[in-house]
Amino acid sequence: MSGSERGLILRLVERARRRSAWLYHFNAGACNGCDIELVTCLTPRYDVEQAGIRLEASPRHADILCVSGPVTRTTREALVTIYGQIPDPKVVVAIGSCPATCNVFAGSPVIDGPVDKIIPVDIYIPGCPPRPHAIIEGISRAIEKLAVRKTESVAGGR
Amino acid sequence: MNSFRAFVALLVFPGLLYALPMGWLMLGIERKLKARFQGRIGPPLSQPFYDAVKLLAKMPVNRVASDLGFLVGLPLLAVGSTIGALALLPVFRGETGFVGDIVVLVGLLEMPPLCLILAGYASRSIYGEVGATREALVGIVSNVPFLAALVAMAASSGSLLSSQIAAATPWAVRVPALIAILFCLPIKLRLNPFSLANAEQELLAGPLTEFDGPRLALWELAHAMEWTALTGFVIVFAVPVRSQFWYVNATIFVILSLALVPLLTLLASSTARLKITQATRMMWQWGSLIAAIALAAAVFGRSGGH
Repeated sequence: MSGSERGLILRLVERARRRSAWLYHFNAGACNGCDIELVTCLTPRYDVEQAGIRLEASPRHADILCVSGPVTRTTREALVTIYGQIPDPKVVVAIGSCPATCNVFAGSPVIDGPVDKIIPVDIYIPGCPPRPHAIIEGISRAIEKLAVRKTESVAGGR
Repeated sequence: MNSFRAFVALLVFPGLLYALPMGWLMLGIERKLKARFQGRIGPPLSQPFYDAVKLLAKMPVNRVASDLGFLVGLPLLAVGSTIGALALLPVFRGETGFVGDIVVLVGLLEMPPLCLILAGYASRSIYGEVGATREALVGIVSNVPFLAALVAMAASSGSLLSSQIAAATPWAVRVPALIAILFCLPIKLRLNPFSLANAEQELLAGPLTEFDGPRLALWELAHAMEWTALTGFVIVFAVPVRSQFWYVNATIFVILSLALVPLLTLLASSTARLKITQATRMMWQWGSLIAAIALAAAVFGRSGGH
C-alpha cells in the first residue's frame, strides 16, 4: 500500500521535473556569443517555455546550471559559489566549446578551465556558438537526467 | 457565522481547497495568454501546478539555523493570512460576518506584501533589499487610493460589515471606488507595468532571491492564492445582490473572478515596466484622483440624503 503510494508520488515528481526545468545562466568569461544563442531559445521562434523551461535570475531557484565561457580566474570562485547555491537535484550543462575545452583560450595563464576541472558537468553542447536547436536538444537531455536524479544533500552551499 | 461555516469557508470555499487550484489556474491562464499575446505558444495551463510540485520536491541547501525562522515563517504567514482573507469574503447571502470584518479583511490582504518586504530585508541580499524597498514604496502609494476607495464605500453604506457594504453602496460611489481598487490590482499582484519589486533579471528575483526549493514553493502558493483573493475581493464588492441559492452565488463569483484575469494579462503584456518615480507619480495623480471622486460622491451622497 505505502509502496504504491510512494511510487505515485515519485512518478508525479518525475513528471513535474520533466515539465518545469528552470535554468540559471552563468557567464564564466564567455564572448557573449553562446549567451545570445541561449536567450534566442526563449523567443517566439523557439519558445522553450512550451516545455515549462524558464530562465531564472537567482541560482537558488534553478534546476539546471548553464555555463558558457572557459572559466577565467576571476569567475572561478563565483562559479563554485553558485554551484553550491543551486538546490539538489541539479544538472550542469556546458554551452559551447569554451567550457568543454577552453577553445582558443587553451593554455592562457588567466584561464582556470575547462569547467569540468571545477564542477561536475553532465551535458556538453559543442559549437562556437552552438545553434539554438543544439542548445534545446542539450537541455532536453539534461532534463531527462534531472528527472531521474536522486536527491542528496550537499554541504557546499552558503 | 457559526464555527462550522467558518471552518468550511477557511478550508473549502472560498478558502484553501478552492483558492489553490483556482490560483494555479489563474496563473496558468496568465502565462498562457501572455505567451499568446507575444506570438508564442506558451506553457500548458497546468504549468503552475508542476512548478509547485517540482519546487516542493527539491532539497534546500543547508542554511544557518537563525535564518530558518524567516525562510519558513514568513511565507507560511503569507499563505495563512491569504486563506483568512478569502474566508472573510462575503460570497453568500446568509453570511452576516461581524461588524468591522472589512478592517480584518483588508489587514489580512495586506499581510503577504508585508511578509515579502520583511523577507527581502531579512535575506540580507542586496537584491532582496532593493526589491523590498520598492515593494514598500509601491505598497504605500497603492494603499492610499485603495483604502480611500474602501472608506468611501464604507461611509456611503454606513457600515463596517463587508456584506452590508457590498449590498448597500450606491452606484455613484461604487463605480469610482471599484475603478480605484482595480487600478491598484496590478501593483498588488506585482504585474507589469508595476512589476518593480520582483523586476526579473534587473533585480534578480527581488525579495525572493534567497529563497529556494519548498520555501520558494510556499511563496508561489501564497502568490497563487493572492490572485484568487484579490480578484475575488473586487468581484464581491462589484456584485450587490446575492441569490438565495448558494451555487448561483458561487458560480457568479468564480466566473467573474476568472474574467478579470485576461484584463490584467492584457495590461501586463502590452506595457513595459515603469520606473519607480513614474509608477508613484501615476498612482498619486490618477489613483488618488479616482479615489477622491469616490470619496466626494460618498460625502455629497450622505449630505444629500439627510
